[in-house]
Amino acid sequence: MKLRWMAYPYVLWTVVFTIAPLLLVAWFAFTTMQPDGSTVFTFSGFEKIVGGDRVPLDLLGLQKIFGITLDVPLYLNIFVKSLQIALLSTLACLAFGYPAAYLLARRTANRRGGTDLLLLLFVIPMWMNALLRTYAWLALLEPNGIVNTVLSAVGLPRGQFLYNDFGIGLGMVYNYLPFMVLPIYSVLVKVDRSVIEAAEDLGADRRHVFTRVTLPLSMPGVMSGINMVFMPAMTTFLIPNLLGGGRYMLIGNVIERQYMIARDWTTASALSIVLLVFVLASMKFLTRYEKGNEGGGVLL
Amino acid sequence: MRKGFRKAFSGGGTVRGLYMAFIFLFLYAPVVVLVVFSFNAAKSRSVWGGFTLEWYQKLFTNTEILSSLRVTLIVALLSSIVATLVATVTCIGLDGLGKRRRAFVMNLTYVPIVNPDLVTGISLMLLFVFMQFQLGFVTLLLAHIAFNIPYAILSILPKMRQLDRNLYEAALDLGAKPTQAMVRVILPEIMPGVVTALILTFTLSIDDFVISYFTSGAGVSNLAITIYSMARKSVNPQINALSALMFVVVLALLLIVNFRSNREMRKPKEEKSR
Repeated sequence: MKLRWMAYPYVLWTVVFTIAPLLLVAWFAFTTMQPDGSTVFTFSGFEKIVGGDRVPLDLLGLQKIFGITLDVPLYLNIFVKSLQIALLSTLACLAFGYPAAYLLARRTANRRGGTDLLLLLFVIPMWMNALLRTYAWLALLEPNGIVNTVLSAVGLPRGQFLYNDFGIGLGMVYNYLPFMVLPIYSVLVKVDRSVIEAAEDLGADRRHVFTRVTLPLSMPGVMSGINMVFMPAMTTFLIPNLLGGGRYMLIGNVIERQYMIARDWTTASALSIVLLVFVLASMKFLTRYEKGNEGGGVLL
Repeated sequence: MRKGFRKAFSGGGTVRGLYMAFIFLFLYAPVVVLVVFSFNAAKSRSVWGGFTLEWYQKLFTNTEILSSLRVTLIVALLSSIVATLVATVTCIGLDGLGKRRRAFVMNLTYVPIVNPDLVTGISLMLLFVFMQFQLGFVTLLLAHIAFNIPYAILSILPKMRQLDRNLYEAALDLGAKPTQAMVRVILPEIMPGVVTALILTFTLSIDDFVISYFTSGAGVSNLAITIYSMARKSVNPQINALSALMFVVVLALLLIVNFRSNREMRKPKEEKSR
């Protein structure tokens, strides 16, 4: 078929709606509007990121456990905080999601065709709007919310769950758990049962079958799960804005506020560039590991 | 062997069951709470004050919500159709490209998928501002088409690869005009991919909040943006009623799609057994 011209309008479209917008972010990051309406080149956006007000670094345990106070620029602090909470949420998703994926995959392996109802039930909440899912947690976690009502009914002390690290982290784990479970599930389901049986025949006990066979084979799924959770967790502005009560700052909602409220587009664009480069670099790092592991998986 | 395998695991059966129960409690507690409190007579998110249908009645007379529902549906419908059309044409064109150019186009296609939504939304907003477009319905629609096309392409491309290229030539040899061959031979072959693309892009469009938030202007908002501003202002059980309805609709759609794909999965097997 000699119809290659049919692909060209799309290339033009991508240049206008994908490439040009990204270049524009860079352009806005390096320019600023003068009072007289002219645009001049500037580094002020990036200077604000590395300079600006200094605040004590908000790193988990740094002050409480090690007693270290480290003054860093405001934006660096927010970046470190976002990274920390995104990493912790990703770890929590992995810790809770891996067993769930494993159990779901075993169920599917024991079935003959058709869709597993349990798997479908797992996917359904994911199809609900992220906004609504996050909003729902407000009712549960409020100071006089359902969780606290239940806690005091059974005689336990009430807790402050909202507007802090716990609430934000919980919101992230809830929103992104399926992104961790589904890739791991889809890899585990494809693991050849005879490989497991071979390991058993060769004398491996259950623990060794898991650590030496199942786990290494599932690593590509784990890596893409980490990727799919970490990236939105690092860039979300919805979760800190809804569950943070307007005071909680992560890099995502800082950028959103700079664009929509403060209207400091130079700094906002500079921050976006830094965030984008960071996210793409970590993604590159993760996928590289994934490929290397696939090669190793064959050798096992 | 299989029996031994199952036996070895049976000791952990209760633990496994409890674990899955815990996970599903975690997943469904917020959904259940949302739905239950949509019938709450008290204007509270978490204190029960008796049964009422008041919020549902208010929902159906709330012009703000109804107009944003209309925007959501129109944008989803138009953007999914346009994106799927563009993607279908592109996929047919891609088939004729050389390996290198094809890889280049595919890399371009992956850029919006890999980009965080936040950056995609911001960059599109900057584009519209730069081109001095008034942010509103048109920019919202353009943004939705833009983020939908890559997903539509990725849904159709696998079907295009399975396609037997000789079919098109055969149709031409048998006297079909190129357009006839396209519509009567190629299109039916890739139709399952096209339908998947339509459904996928439609749901992506309905579900989107972040990109819409940055690319729609004052006066025009879709459901997600309206809910967001309502949720930030005050407690409003109409949000619960709306979520309950949306949940039921999504559930129904998902069951239908699932039923459809199950039937499709069975089809090739039946053909083989014949």
